[in-house]
Amino acid sequence: MQDFGDAIGLALNLVLSGDADLFEIVLLSLRVSLTATAIACVLGLPLGAVLAVSRFRGRQAALVLVNALMGLPPVVVGLIVYLHLSRAGPLGFLGLLYTPTAMIIAQSILITPIVAALSRQVIEDLHGEYSEQFRSLALSRRQVVQALIWDARYSLVTVALAGFGRAVAEVGAVMIVGGNIDHLTRVMTTAIALETSKGDLPLALALGLVLMVLALGINAAAQSVRLTAARFAYA
Amino acid sequence: MKTGSFLAALAVAATLATDVPAQETTIIVQSTTSTANSGLYDHLLPIFERDSGITVNVVAVGTGQAIRNAANCDGDVLLVHAKPAEEEFVASGGGVSRTDLMYNDFVIVGPPSDPAGIGGLTDVHAALRGIAESEALFASRGDDSGTHKKEMSLWNAAGVDPAEASGAWYRETGSGMGATLNAGIGMGAYVMTDRATWISFGNKQDHVIQVQGDEQMFNQYGVIPVSPEACPQVEAEAGQRFVDWLVSEAGQAAIGAYRVGGQQLFFPNAPEPN
Repeated sequence: MQDFGDAIGLALNLVLSGDADLFEIVLLSLRVSLTATAIACVLGLPLGAVLAVSRFRGRQAALVLVNALMGLPPVVVGLIVYLHLSRAGPLGFLGLLYTPTAMIIAQSILITPIVAALSRQVIEDLHGEYSEQFRSLALSRRQVVQALIWDARYSLVTVALAGFGRAVAEVGAVMIVGGNIDHLTRVMTTAIALETSKGDLPLALALGLVLMVLALGINAAAQSVRLTAARFAYA
Repeated sequence: MKTGSFLAALAVAATLATDVPAQETTIIVQSTTSTANSGLYDHLLPIFERDSGITVNVVAVGTGQAIRNAANCDGDVLLVHAKPAEEEFVASGGGVSRTDLMYNDFVIVGPPSDPAGIGGLTDVHAALRGIAESEALFASRGDDSGTHKKEMSLWNAAGVDPAEASGAWYRETGSGMGATLNAGIGMGAYVMTDRATWISFGNKQDHVIQVQGDEQMFNQYGVIPVSPEACPQVEAEAGQRFVDWLVSEAGQAAIGAYRVGGQQLFFPNAPEPN
C-alpha cells in the first residue's frame, strides 16, 4: 500500500513540475484518442442512425454484428492494422506504421462499432417516441435521421465519451502499431505498461492517476458544454 | 513571376537537399527489451544522433517478435540476443550480416527462503534440476524471446522437460521480462533474467540473485542491418552507419561506460574492425 502514497506524491510532482516528457505524452494521447473519437462519430453516428430507422432484410444480423464488434479485442485490432501497414503488407508503401496516424486508424476501428451500436440504441428509442409525428409530417428518411441525431445530441455526447474512454484507455492496439517509441508514439497507456515492465510501479501508478484525471477533465468539459447548451435551449 | 517562383522552389529544394536530409533521416531499430528497459539507449542514442544527425527510433519487443518485425521489413536495424535465430535471419536473406556487439549474463533470481536450496550454485544445470525435483515455483517468459530460448536450451541440457509441469510449478507468463519478474516475485517463484534488466528493475522486493557465474549463462547481443535486397524501402545507409558506430571504438566505449547504480550492465565485445 506504500505504492499508493508514493504514486500520488509522484503524480502531483510530475504535473506541478511541468515535466516536459509527461506533457508530450499527454498531448499525444489526447490528439490520438480525440481524433479517433471524431472519426468514429463521423462514421458511427450516421451508421447507428440508419440502422435505427431502417428496416431491411438482415437487419437483426447487422445489429448483432455491430453489437458484437463492441467487444473487439484491442490487440486483435492492432494486429490486423499492423499486418496492413507493415512494409510487407498491402498498405506498407504509405509508411504509416509506427506513426501517430497508425494509432488513430487502429483506435478508430476499435471504437466506431461502440459509437454505432450505442447511438443506434439511443436513436431507436427516440424514434419510437417520434415516429407518428414524423409520419404525419411526411419527412424523408434523411430528414428523419438528421432530426433524430440533433434531438438526441446530449445522449450522443455520452456515446462519444464512451468511445473516447475506450480509446484513451486501451494499450494493446497502440502498442503494436505505434511501437511505444519515445518522443514519437509513446502515449499514456504505453508509458504505463513500460514503467510497469521496468518494475517502477509508483511511476506507473502515478501516470495512471494522471490519465484518470485527464479522463475526468474531458468528461467534466463535455458535461459543462451540455449543461450550458441545455440552459440556452430552455431559457 | 514564373521564373521567380521556380527559383524559389529550387532554393527550397536545394536547402532541403543540402541541410535537412542529415537531420531528417530516421531509422527504426527493432530491439530486445533489456537494452531499452535498462536505459542503455537513452545513454547511447543522444551521442550517436548528435554525431550523425540520424534520428533513431527504438521499438522494444521480445527477440522473437523483433526478428519477425524485421523480416516484415518494419525496421532498419535489428539488435537482439539469440545467436542461432539471428544467424538464421541472416541466412534467410533478411539481414546483411551479424556482428557481436556486447554481452552480459543471465542470472536466476528467487525468494530469499530459497525453497529449492540452490542458492550459491554456479552450475546452472544442477540448479534447474534442483528446482524441478523440489517442484519449487519457476516463472518462465514463455514468449519465444531471446531469454526464453536460452532458458529452454538450459532446461534441455539439464535433462528436464518443464513443459510437463506447465501450470503446476512451471508457470509460463507469455509476457515480457519485466512482466514476468513482477509475476514471479508476486508468487515467490524463481525467474531467469538477464543481469541488466535485474539491476535496473525497480520492483525487486526481497528477491535476490540465487544462481550466477556459470559460463552456460553467457548472454551475447548481436546487431544486424536489415537487408536492402529483401526490403527495398529500408534506410540501408543510415542503418549501416548506426551499426558501424556501435561496433566502432567510440560506440563500444559508450556501451562500456553505461552504469546503473555504479554497475556496468553491458560489456562491449565487437570484433576489431578490419
